[in-house]
Amino acid sequence: MNHLARRTFLAGLGAGLAAVSVGRGPRRLEAADPILAGRPLVRYPEKADLILLTSRPPQLETPMRYFAQAITPNDAFFVRYHVFPVPTSIDVDTWRLRVTGRVDRPLELSMDDLRTKFSKAGLTAVCQCSGNSRGRFSPRVLGGQWGDGAMGNAAWAGARLRDILAAAGVRQGALQVTFDGLDKPGYPSVPDFVKSLDLTRVLEDPDVLVAYEMNGQPLPVLNGFPARLVVPGWYATYWVKNLAEVSVIDHVFEEFWMKPGYRIPDTACGCVPPGTTPARTVPIHRMTVRSFIVTPADGARVTAGRPTPVTGIAFDAGAGIGTVELSDNGGATWRRADLGPDLGRYSFREWNVAWTPARPGLHRLMVRAVNRFGESQGLEPLWNPAGYLRNVVEEVEVQAS
Amino acid sequence: MSRGRVRRRPLGTSALPRAAVLVLVLALPLAAAGAERTITLPPDDPSARLPDGPGAPETRNACSLCHSTDYIVMQPRGGAVQWQAVVTKMIKVFGAPITDEDAKTIVEYLATRYGPAP
Repeated sequence: MNHLARRTFLAGLGAGLAAVSVGRGPRRLEAADPILAGRPLVRYPEKADLILLTSRPPQLETPMRYFAQAITPNDAFFVRYHVFPVPTSIDVDTWRLRVTGRVDRPLELSMDDLRTKFSKAGLTAVCQCSGNSRGRFSPRVLGGQWGDGAMGNAAWAGARLRDILAAAGVRQGALQVTFDGLDKPGYPSVPDFVKSLDLTRVLEDPDVLVAYEMNGQPLPVLNGFPARLVVPGWYATYWVKNLAEVSVIDHVFEEFWMKPGYRIPDTACGCVPPGTTPARTVPIHRMTVRSFIVTPADGARVTAGRPTPVTGIAFDAGAGIGTVELSDNGGATWRRADLGPDLGRYSFREWNVAWTPARPGLHRLMVRAVNRFGESQGLEPLWNPAGYLRNVVEEVEVQAS
Repeated sequence: MSRGRVRRRPLGTSALPRAAVLVLVLALPLAAAGAERTITLPPDDPSARLPDGPGAPETRNACSLCHSTDYIVMQPRGGAVQWQAVVTKMIKVFGAPITDEDAKTIVEYLATRYGPAP
């Protein structure tokens, strides 16, 4: 975040986050955050008031306060579609999941089939947009200018994809599996949103699900009703919503949303020197380690000399969070946070520190997480041209008086 | 309001006769018990409307065919090189039906309205 801009804004700001009405226009987000300040707050069907990124196709961001708890409520979960129109009317009695391609027995599974013919599996996992926090890249990059709320964590339940593929019988020579949802571009030359995964990735991982439950409820339409793919540890681009067809293929699928879309530099960090173009790219895959301070909110006022709970969440691609640390002196020293309940290695992990601001004035709090593989977050942001993989050490500024 | 935009009736019952509302209310429990889930999306956010100026109608028509204009107004500012690349991508990758003449007009509009900050 741009500290100068934020400091200027802080001068005139009482609370960290609030919704305000400006005239007769839409409600807008009041925030210390230069990327999100002034964005419309909108209420879409089955959803709470969320931050509008785009209307068509719908893209909605979750306000940071919802991450005070490890589980993100269904109505607050972010929305990101790629093409328009999106499905707005779905009859679950006539909906079918087609399993096609290089299989012995092509399937047309009803919701009843999914629920009764396959054992129910579940796990809690973070779903995060590849471009989450893209608005914070410097130099800035084109694309959806998300703040940090294109992410959420839910308890998913459904059928294992590998059980479904076993029922269909994958043939020799199969290499990848493609996933297509009910969203179809209205303009014919726009590439349909279809994603692919390597067959080995799918067969080796029992946690890849066709999920029909989200936090114990049917999914909201805008989050993928009646079923979506869950690919724990990998970015949300693979979590195809309103899933309609799974197809086994004998080649590497390279249509637009796999290539050139959703690629990262083929380097160890997935990054290149700022402003440069990578020589080679690969499809984006595992999520980087991230952690956020949720309370106090950026720009909040606190009391000097009084213990203030500092809380937030951390997550990674599935090694699991090992430690979370907080610094109030620019990273010179770090204090270890207490971790909340372990909801599984793919989940948000809550953390907290009792922090006492020693003096009145502006304090900068920084958080970093280390996962069980020893992977962590850097003090300097990594850069790539598409604005993916962001995982710099995050911070908030609070005013003590 | 751009000519290219698909307009929808806003949510609410003011456009419906009272009898129709009553029928809808009575039918709701039955509909809820069925298997069909239906949502109605709001119209494009009016605050993302592109400001008037030379090239505004061409830009609204071409871009609104496939996406709302908040895609444009949220982007980092940039000169003609940035916007030419965007318009070229829309034509070559997404098949946007934009003539060469309109493409030039649109790039000029975007580079003027959303050009580098002074």
